[in-house]
Amino acid sequence: MSSQADHKLCVRGVSKYYDGVPVLERVDLDVDKGAFCTIVGASGCGKSTFLRMLLSQEHPTRGEILLDGAALPEEPTPDRGIVFQKYSVFTHLTVAENLILAKEFEAAPYTGKLFGGEKRTALGEIDEVLDRIGLAAAADKYPSQLSGGMQQRLAIAQALVKKPSILLLDEPFGALDPGIRLDMHELLLGLWRDFHMTIFMVTHDIHEAFKLGTRLLVFDKIRHDPQAPEAYGATITYDLPLKAPDTGDATPAPDEIAGVIRIAGNSTTDKPKDTNHP
Amino acid sequence: MRIINRKPSRVTALALGALPFVATVIVYSVASHYRRLENPADKLLPSLESMGAAFWRMAAIPDRRSGDLLLWVDTFDSLWRLGTGMAVSTVLALSFGIAVGFIPHARSALAPYLATFSLIPPITILPILFITFGLGELAKIALIVIGTAPVMIRSTAQAVLDIPREMIIKAETLGATVWQMVTRLVLPQVLPKLITALRLGLVPAWIFLISAEAIASTTGLGYRIFLVRRYLAMDVILPYVLWITLLAFLLDRLLLLLSRRAFRWHHAGGDAL
Repeated sequence: MSSQADHKLCVRGVSKYYDGVPVLERVDLDVDKGAFCTIVGASGCGKSTFLRMLLSQEHPTRGEILLDGAALPEEPTPDRGIVFQKYSVFTHLTVAENLILAKEFEAAPYTGKLFGGEKRTALGEIDEVLDRIGLAAAADKYPSQLSGGMQQRLAIAQALVKKPSILLLDEPFGALDPGIRLDMHELLLGLWRDFHMTIFMVTHDIHEAFKLGTRLLVFDKIRHDPQAPEAYGATITYDLPLKAPDTGDATPAPDEIAGVIRIAGNSTTDKPKDTNHP
Repeated sequence: MRIINRKPSRVTALALGALPFVATVIVYSVASHYRRLENPADKLLPSLESMGAAFWRMAAIPDRRSGDLLLWVDTFDSLWRLGTGMAVSTVLALSFGIAVGFIPHARSALAPYLATFSLIPPITILPILFITFGLGELAKIALIVIGTAPVMIRSTAQAVLDIPREMIIKAETLGATVWQMVTRLVLPQVLPKLITALRLGLVPAWIFLISAEAIASTTGLGYRIFLVRRYLAMDVILPYVLWITLLAFLLDRLLLLLSRRAFRWHHAGGDAL
């Protein structure tokens, strides 16, 4: 095991129990700066729980998570951005207002709101962002007036306002049409390169996971007790390094893909596998 | 075509909406007519004309004893009590509702108490209020506040709890303090629902207002109808009831209009009643 300071993020023996029921058990992981980790796994295998722990929305029952060699803060902070599948943007604010909100929090400690000239200045500074995410024409619309893809583009842009070193994405494109998804992939990869972020992205789509990631993490249960399906928690069962997303070739071995799909693809069926019951 | 798929035109919808009102007036007129055929001095179902005359007397002819235009004095006093009471309830609903809904320690401290308090039938507190605060305005306003605030606080707290957790987490990752989250996220998300709570709170508020005025008062819409009850003055009571209903209806519509104007984002996805 290498020194902790070498890695952006270290997960050490993390377990998470809900009311005594294990969801995750003994998760160990070291992630380098700039990695794009895609996370797949069956429903209920704790991959979203893992992401929420990286966000400090939830805390490990056992074990520890280190960020830049130091313990993770106890609550969400601006150094870790988040995009959820939905409810990520503020429905009572227009697109432009959503994007200047972080700036307003910073500049106006008591009201959290800028007025007059200061607000106009802040609004002027986001033109470039609006162009990049293709929402320049929709700057004064409310999120409910936007399509799903536009809302998620706004959510990603908003999450990056504070320039977080880690971006967490919880099935961000799960509700989008395939065509829209391709556009979102391009946008996300471009932002990842420009911002030099470390990204963790939970997805249901195995092809998306392979296409985007530099590293694929598969969450699954190693042990399974058919008499008590809740008895054991999941952990990282596959940790595959993938090609850099823009270098064309170097597809992972097909048997590896097959192994992963067998686990992650049948997300809805709960058939026992790899059982080790007596 | 199936009846569930047939939509009335605008004119038809208006006509259908007016129908029950017109029917009520016709039924009343017929009943009143036959009753007065038997006894022209009947007080129970006065004619529309005599009700109109009584309403005019209350609204436009100064009272012989006090010189006041009684309808307007009653209306002003009642609306002042109602408005003050609901204003206090709204402030309580916002401050306590946000505290209970947003801060777990405040929730633990106050939620059980509020749940218990809101179950006290407010009208049973009225004698206590009269004893404590006397028979003046304070007791009546206090009854309205006690009757409406606990429910309004609870629905506001629930509205805060209903804010998607994702939005609150997102605000945290954008560097917001708790106070900034209250001013920029919780308050704007909750205000439209507070207006709904206010509209629903007005229903019991009118009941408590009329009750308090009926028991101990010298002015007010509730005072008046219970006063003239002694003389079986249905020609005053019925127009007053209609007048109170009209006021309640207008208040409700005004609040809905305010909500639609001020919180366009909230009403974007179609609207209910």
